Amino acid sequence: MPFTRFLPWLLVALASAPPAVAEPGSRLWATGGVTTIEGAAGGGLVPMAVLTGYASDREWGGSVALSHAPLDDYTVDVVAGALNWHNRIEISAARQTLDLDTLGAALNQDDLQQDILGAKLRLTGDVLYSPYGQWSLGVQYKHNRTFTVPDAVGARDVRGTDVYLAGTKVFLAGLFGRNVLVNGVVRGTKANQGGLLGFGGDKNDSYDAVLEGSAGVFIDRQWLVGTEYRQKPDNLGFAREEDGYDLFVAWVPERHLAVTAAWVNLGSIAGLDDQQGAYLSLQGSF
Amino acid sequence: MLRRLSARKTFLIVGLLTMLAGCQSAPPASQDTLYNDLGERHGIARFVKDMLYIVVEDDRIAETFRGVDIASLHRNLTDQICHLANGPCTYNGRSMTEAHAGLGIDETDFNALVEDLILAMEQNQVPVSAQNRLLNRLARLHDQVVRIPEARPTTH
Repeated sequence: MPFTRFLPWLLVALASAPPAVAEPGSRLWATGGVTTIEGAAGGGLVPMAVLTGYASDREWGGSVALSHAPLDDYTVDVVAGALNWHNRIEISAARQTLDLDTLGAALNQDDLQQDILGAKLRLTGDVLYSPYGQWSLGVQYKHNRTFTVPDAVGARDVRGTDVYLAGTKVFLAGLFGRNVLVNGVVRGTKANQGGLLGFGGDKNDSYDAVLEGSAGVFIDRQWLVGTEYRQKPDNLGFAREEDGYDLFVAWVPERHLAVTAAWVNLGSIAGLDDQQGAYLSLQGSF
Repeated sequence: MLRRLSARKTFLIVGLLTMLAGCQSAPPASQDTLYNDLGERHGIARFVKDMLYIVVEDDRIAETFRGVDIASLHRNLTDQICHLANGPCTYNGRSMTEAHAGLGIDETDFNALVEDLILAMEQNQVPVSAQNRLLNRLARLHDQVVRIPEARPTTH
C-alpha cells in the first residue's frame, strides 16, 4: 500500500533538510497551498495558481505529500512530489491508486492506478500582493497503468493530457478582518474519474471544458477552512459520472508541514452512487 | 463546451470568479479603528522596533539595511504605518519609489520584510484582524518597492 511504502521516504526527506536552510523558502506561510490528488499545488481536488512550497524569486523549493481517502466503496491513495523554481515553474509527479474495495472481487482487479506528470507556469501576478491575483497555466500528462477495466467499460485512451488556467487571490482582511482565499480554474480534459477510468469514451470522445473553484477563510495564519467544487466530464455510457466537492480544514503550523483534513464527495463512481468519506493529506515542504 | 452546468453550480462558480475579479477594491472606509487596534503611535513604534531587531538578524535582508540610520528609519516607518492606519501622523520621508530606487529589492526581500513585520506584530499581540488590515494597506506598496530601477538623473 503506497501510504506505508512511501512514509519512510517522506520522513527521510523531512529529516534530511539541511539545518542551515531552516526555512524552505521566503514566501509567507501557507501561500504554497497544499498538494492536490493530482500532485499540483492547490487544495485537495482543485489546483490553484500558486506554486508548491515556499520558493520566492531567487529560491528553489518543493514538497512531498501523502493523501488517503477511504470512501464508501473505494479508497483513494496518492503519493506526490513537486519542485518549484523561483516561484515561476512547478514540476510535479503523482501516483494515484483507487482501491476497488467493493468491486474488486467481481472485476478480478484490486485497484485502478495512474501516474500524473504535471507542469505549472506562473504567468503573472502574486496571490497576496497583486490586486488582480495570481494566474498560472498548467498541464497534466496522465498515464493509466490499469487499462483493462477502463477499456472494458468503453474508455478510448490509456493516456490523456489536461490543460488548465487557474486564477487565485487572497484578499487580505477580506471578511471581518480575516484573509479570504478565492480560486477559479478552467480545465480542458477527456479524463474519466480524473483518468483512473481512462480518457474519452463511447458516449463522448472530445475535450470538455470544466470549471473548478475553491474558497476559504484563514482563521489565522495557521488555519484555513474552506470548500472546493470540481466538475467532471461524463464520457462513459456504462455509468454516469458526477461532480465532486469537499469541505476542508488545513493546518500549516510552520512552513515544513501542512495537514489537510476534509469531507469529500466524489459522486457516483462506476455505478456506485454517492461516494463520500474522509480525506487526510500530509505534506512536507523543503 | 461547458457540459452539465446546472443553474446552481453556475451560480456558485460565477460567484467565485466574480469575487476574484471584484473584491479587490473594498476597503472598510467607515469607522476606521485600525490606528487604535494597532495600539496607536506608541504600539506601532514598539512593533516597528521589534521588527527592526528581527530584520538585522535576517540573513536575507540584513545587508540591505547595513549603514542605514536606524533611528531615522524607525521614526519614518512608525510615521508611515501610523499614517496608513489613518492615525494623526505625517510621513516626512521620501516617497516609496524614491526610497527603493536602484536598491534591487526583489520578491524574496519583500516577503522577508513582511514576514519579519508579522512576527513582530505577533510578539506584540496585535490582533489578527488588525495585522491583516495593515498588511492589506502595505501590500499596495509592493509595486513601489520591488524592482524599482535607478532613478534617472534629473536636471539640477
